[in-house]
Amino acid sequence: MTAALDFVAWLGRFVLAACTACGRLALFCVSGLSHIVRPPFYGRMFLRAIIDIGYTSLPVVALTATFTGMVLALQSSTGLSRFSADSAVASLVVLSVTRELGPVIASLMVAGRVGASIAAEIGTMRVTDQIDALSTLSTNPMKYLVAPRLLAGLIALPLLVLIADILGVMGGFIIATVKLNFNTQTYLRNTLDFIQTDDVVSGLVKAAVFGVLITLMGCYQGYNSKGGAQGVGQATTSAVVAASVLILAFDYVLTEMFFAR
Amino acid sequence: MTNANPTIRLRGLSKSFGDKKVLDGIDLDVATGTSMVVIGGSGSGKSVLIKCILGLIEPDEGVIEIDGIDVLKAPREQRMELRSRIGMLFQNGALFDSLTVWENVAFGLLAQKKCTRSEARERAAGVLAQVGLAASVGDLSPAELSGGMQKRVGLARAIAAQPEILFFDEPTTGLDPIMGAVIDGLIVDCVKRMGSTAIAITHDMASAVRIGDRAAMLFKGRIVWEGLASALLDSGNEMVDQFTHGRREGPIQMELRK
Ligand SMILES: Nc1ncnc2c1ncn2[C@@H]1O[C@H](COP(=O)(O)OP(=O)(O)OP(=O)(O)O)[C@@H](O)[C@H]1O
Ligand SMILES: [Mg+2]
Repeated sequence: MTAALDFVAWLGRFVLAACTACGRLALFCVSGLSHIVRPPFYGRMFLRAIIDIGYTSLPVVALTATFTGMVLALQSSTGLSRFSADSAVASLVVLSVTRELGPVIASLMVAGRVGASIAAEIGTMRVTDQIDALSTLSTNPMKYLVAPRLLAGLIALPLLVLIADILGVMGGFIIATVKLNFNTQTYLRNTLDFIQTDDVVSGLVKAAVFGVLITLMGCYQGYNSKGGAQGVGQATTSAVVAASVLILAFDYVLTEMFFAR
Repeated sequence: MTNANPTIRLRGLSKSFGDKKVLDGIDLDVATGTSMVVIGGSGSGKSVLIKCILGLIEPDEGVIEIDGIDVLKAPREQRMELRSRIGMLFQNGALFDSLTVWENVAFGLLAQKKCTRSEARERAAGVLAQVGLAASVGDLSPAELSGGMQKRVGLARAIAAQPEILFFDEPTTGLDPIMGAVIDGLIVDCVKRMGSTAIAITHDMASAVRIGDRAAMLFKGRIVWEGLASALLDSGNEMVDQFTHGRREGPIQMELRK
């Protein structure tokens, strides 16, 4: 009997804690986003964030996207040839990359790189009183630290994904023509005929949402970290894990919204 | 400088972390244009006290009035505005390590948009000179400085915008005796010449007597003594006597901090 009560109490506490955490995160997100549109604006911080998030992630994203396209062409051709449907390789590659793999893989890579570094930087600022110092110097930390990064994530991720899309399709094209002996002209025509604006746009919208998720989790975990180096380490891990899980969850929700009619 | 009348008034200020009571009903007044020195053992809650006044830590109970405004009941905007009138030197410096030294010092000036970047840079060099640092130090990053130098940069940052209220958390800890005396002089200057109101925490009795008009001693979350800073060394209070003279025997027993 008491064990059952204990369990109910534990469950209650767990649910309450989960609700509190969600509420806090939501408030943090609204506050951060609202600071994007209210002056003063910190152009310098925004530029730095764009370079950190977008420019320095280029090599990783480019490499992963190219390899993903290559693998996709190889796998789909072996699979599809069993149904003598080789001609579908081009359309399969372009659809998978633009709708799904481009946004998700690029975002997961960026979550690992950028989510961690944002959480570590802001977390260190928290535990060394630098965030407190900001507010004594007429500067709102949400505006100075969080808003520029959220905006940078919102803008940089779609750009990165656009590049990932192009490179992914190119990777598939190279493997298909060089290794699998597809006809160059036919493959290109199949690719271009099949792709629609919606496919690319939906991928870019996903990327923008993922960009906000990545930077949001980095900022939130860093901002609320406590307890020295260990706390910062924990914040970093949580930021990456939470961002990755949220990316996949939102990927499902957004796909449902765009394509399930 | 405005002709406002910043007076800090604390009543019944209490703060606990978990079941550990750090502040237990603090009453304290700091008159306009004077400086208050707060002394007390390590871990007695001095840093927590000024962070409460700054609004960085939310107290559990009590009243904090700055300039007649009840800070805890004031709307957010007003609290932000009030906070920007306070300059603070943090115990660990809290310099922004992604910025250079001069950008740190000029941060408040640039944030208030009172001057251009090049003017701010000149003024930063001026303030750095006041704390005994060459202008060339301005181009270094905080990580390249020694602990004492970081402290002085923190001090420069706190006083650069000439705030009406100044909080110093151990301004001279980690400095050599001569530099300590120079910094003390600078603090006295800020209070006397610019008419700022200051609260300084220090473990250095010579420095306490130099910079304070009045002094208060914190023990177990309460103010156990308050009086003229010049009376610190013979206050007649047993606890203060033991503390200022650094004796092992007396009413204050070393106990393990919880
Ligand atoms: N954020 C916090 N969470 C939990 N406990 C805290 C926190 N900040 C301070 N404390 C506790 O409050 C007590 C007072 O800390 P405080 O930093 O004010 O000491 P202090 O008087 O400034 O000491 P020192 O002279 O060593 O700087 C300490 O016991 C500390 O453990
Ligand atoms: Mg302290």
